[in-house]
Amino acid sequence: MAAKMRTGQTAEIAGPKSALLIPQPKVAASMLKKAKRPLLVVGSDAPNVKTNDGDLVDSIIRLHKAGVTVVATGHLVKIFRDRGAEVHSMQFMNLGDRLRDPGWMGLDGGGPYDTVFFVGAPYYMEWLVQSGLKNFAPELKTVSLGNAYQPNASWSMGSLPVKDWLNALDEIIKELEEA
Amino acid sequence: MANKNVKLKFDELSSALGTFKGLEIQIGRVVDEEWEEPMGPTPFPSVGTFRDWDHKLLNRYKPFYMPFCDLCCLCTFGKCDLTGDKKGACGITMAAQQSRIVMLACCIGASTHCAHARHMLTHLIEEYGKDHKLDVAINTNVEAPNMRLVCGIKPKTLGDLEEALEYVETQLVQLTAAAHTGQEGDNLDFESKAFHAGMLDHVAMEVADVCQISTLGFPKGTADAPMTEIGFGAIDTSKAVIMCIGHNVLPSVDIIDYLMENNLFDTVEVGGLCCTAHDNSRYDKRAKIMGPISWQLRYIRSGIADVVVVDEQCLRTDIVEEAQKMGAPVIATSEKSMLGLPNRTHHPADKVVEELVSGETPGVLILEPREVGEVVVKTALKMKPKRQGSKALQLEKLIEYAQTCRGCMDCVRACPNNLPIMEAVKAAAEGNLDALAEIQPKCVGCGRCESACPQEIPVVSFLTKAAAEKGMTGSYPIRVGRGAVTDVEIREVGRGIVFGEIPGVVALVGCANYPNGGEEVAKIADEFLKRNFIVLATGCSAMDIALTRDEDGQNLYEKYPGNFDAGGLVNIGSCVSNAHITGAAIKIANIFAKRPLRANYEEIADYIYNRVGAVGVAWGAMSQKAASIASGCWRLGIPVIVGPHGSKYRRNLLGRADKEEDWVTIDARTGEEKYVGPAPEHLFYAAETIEEAMVMTAKLSMRPNDTTKGRAVKLSHYIDLHKKYYDSMPDDLHLYVRVEADVPFTMKEEILGIIKEKGWVEGKIGLLDPTLLERMVRGKQ
Repeated sequence: MAAKMRTGQTAEIAGPKSALLIPQPKVAASMLKKAKRPLLVVGSDAPNVKTNDGDLVDSIIRLHKAGVTVVATGHLVKIFRDRGAEVHSMQFMNLGDRLRDPGWMGLDGGGPYDTVFFVGAPYYMEWLVQSGLKNFAPELKTVSLGNAYQPNASWSMGSLPVKDWLNALDEIIKELEEA
Repeated sequence: MANKNVKLKFDELSSALGTFKGLEIQIGRVVDEEWEEPMGPTPFPSVGTFRDWDHKLLNRYKPFYMPFCDLCCLCTFGKCDLTGDKKGACGITMAAQQSRIVMLACCIGASTHCAHARHMLTHLIEEYGKDHKLDVAINTNVEAPNMRLVCGIKPKTLGDLEEALEYVETQLVQLTAAAHTGQEGDNLDFESKAFHAGMLDHVAMEVADVCQISTLGFPKGTADAPMTEIGFGAIDTSKAVIMCIGHNVLPSVDIIDYLMENNLFDTVEVGGLCCTAHDNSRYDKRAKIMGPISWQLRYIRSGIADVVVVDEQCLRTDIVEEAQKMGAPVIATSEKSMLGLPNRTHHPADKVVEELVSGETPGVLILEPREVGEVVVKTALKMKPKRQGSKALQLEKLIEYAQTCRGCMDCVRACPNNLPIMEAVKAAAEGNLDALAEIQPKCVGCGRCESACPQEIPVVSFLTKAAAEKGMTGSYPIRVGRGAVTDVEIREVGRGIVFGEIPGVVALVGCANYPNGGEEVAKIADEFLKRNFIVLATGCSAMDIALTRDEDGQNLYEKYPGNFDAGGLVNIGSCVSNAHITGAAIKIANIFAKRPLRANYEEIADYIYNRVGAVGVAWGAMSQKAASIASGCWRLGIPVIVGPHGSKYRRNLLGRADKEEDWVTIDARTGEEKYVGPAPEHLFYAAETIEEAMVMTAKLSMRPNDTTKGRAVKLSHYIDLHKKYYDSMPDDLHLYVRVEADVPFTMKEEILGIIKEKGWVEGKIGLLDPTLLERMVRGKQ
């Protein structure tokens, strides 16, 4: 447990309120399935993260095909487009700012999101955006699906050996694909 | 010009009123009305003077706080947990605490430039006298636009600068006091104070640069300022090498003077890191620029320095320890950074040299700039034969060290850029340095990896050695900092900038905390130079622009001219030269648009915000100084983009393009309020990737006042960059096309089709004479 709560960067330690660990990949999958308005935020590091599908963009495309609403930050949308997937695009800071607003109707105008999942952003940027949301968007649940514990999320996968994390990611995707 | 503390003493004065004996009159301030421009509404503004203006901006660009720490630990009530809606023992909220920290950072930054300016001005007055005339730039009457605008003074001599500096010092005390427990409690009022600190910073920087330009023979706004060299390869190590680090040029000036007086430039090399290097090269082009501030550790570890001279700001605080490892003595020269060294000011130079050369002390402190040169040069010449470059890491030792790596990953966890250090070290253990050489350009040189390593592997030395082994040690030309933008240049380009025909002014400023290496700054510069933007550069960014060559072997300083015009690459100079960037924006309002300048801050800021398409990009912003420089831009309505590490300033100032009510502006012709679209959309924005930053830069160049032709030009760049980096049309064009004539001609049908689908109708977005100030309305409806 302690190892899993070891943060991804040395000094990014948790405050008094820190993320709960997701005990099993299927719990994360269940969060995705049960959320009323989930959103998956994918950061610009995704093409550099190797996964069992190729890279993280390929893995997220599977989730997108399984019906998860995906928004790419930075200029990542170009890579999704190159691979034939039309996902939403919004800059990370802008997105964080909108998510803290309970009146924001979302990328599709369908209403506020209730649970936001994060993966693939620079560690410290995710840390900071989740800190903003932890402190200023109390109703919003945030879930970090990355390979390092994010203390400012509501829930985090925790720090796992790469192989375990890749398998966990696979399991989450499969759960969604089979749903 | 105003004179302070004037004393008149009469032994005997006869007048119509009678005869007075021993009469002494003391006057606090005499204002000389030689300046024909009448005093504006806000001379020497206090902390609250521009509160309304700041709140107008802050209501449009609301802070998005991202707390770096959930606690407050500033008083003994604490630590207090401020998470969410909790409050501290003093009643402070999380939002107020974050803005309080932002304000403190800006105060630190502004104080640093102010203290720098104070040291410089005091010394230069001692040397040149209070009456030494200011001479800042050729073809220029508006010599100090920030001082004219903020203080309402028109300095003519060195002595005149004191009034501006005293004002900044006084205000900074007021601001710092506001951070005390139980003072300010509102986050927007803290933010307004941060803006105030930023405005003061630009006055302080202007004092520092104006006085050094006027006395030290720096280039005076000339587009063809001399070229010097930058990079590892620029340093002739066959000579004795002096390495000057920091920002305050005065001790280095004495070194250069001593070399000239004693004809020693053939035997001694002066190189510098960070802004001292810029200013050394402005003083004498034979002074070389080693590189940006992040290269300190690399250069010291390379073992080429015979003496290290430090002045102030952004130094490694462990510099004595690091230099000692290489056997190089350190000369500290500032009271702000004495580094525990023994004070040898006013000691006989030869005795101090002997003390240093013998190793009796690892360094000394010499606080009188005019005593530095002789000690440093003599020490360098004596140390040269003893140079311990051999102490630099050797290949065999590197491999031996690498084999001790336990694979704990602590280096990676400590690395701000998450570089794959451990894998590279593992490869080095097998004798393969490729991976180390590959990550070296992306390393910010902080040394946190070494500090974290349980095996004490000197990772930074590994990277330096690997780069050297791969021949990554070139020399590059760089045009030295030219200082101010001249009045004549402003007259020539003001119209193009204000009407939007020159698509924008991009100022690449700030430190070297880059997410992917300094090459990205050169990429940004190149992209906008090709598009005929005016590109300005200062500090570490101006250096990193030089360090990349194209396929023809040329760098951007060789490819583009140094004039302030479309397609010009203007190296303005060091950190304190940033005042000339805001100065140029101010001068556009004054010289081109004839807006009154004197103590007329709000009107000029309103003009710049609505009309001047300038954007600051601090891709590697690191310091508190960078925060206050940016803050001075915000109050003037100039948006600033930072790199991803800039998100650690813990708040952005973001506009909401989707909220039409936020973008209502007054038409100065009629007083009518009208929606103008989100231009510029943000005031302070951290981008995740350079591609995102480049697209955003083009977007933030748009202003409500753009002519239709100008808006079409700006839109064409925004669209083109968006297509290039996002592979699609922007989805917010309907917010920026005001009338059909705004649409770039070649894309007319396509764009009109897109925006009409989004419900666009002509005329919804106003084409007006925009202002946020009601008092600017000429004919109220």
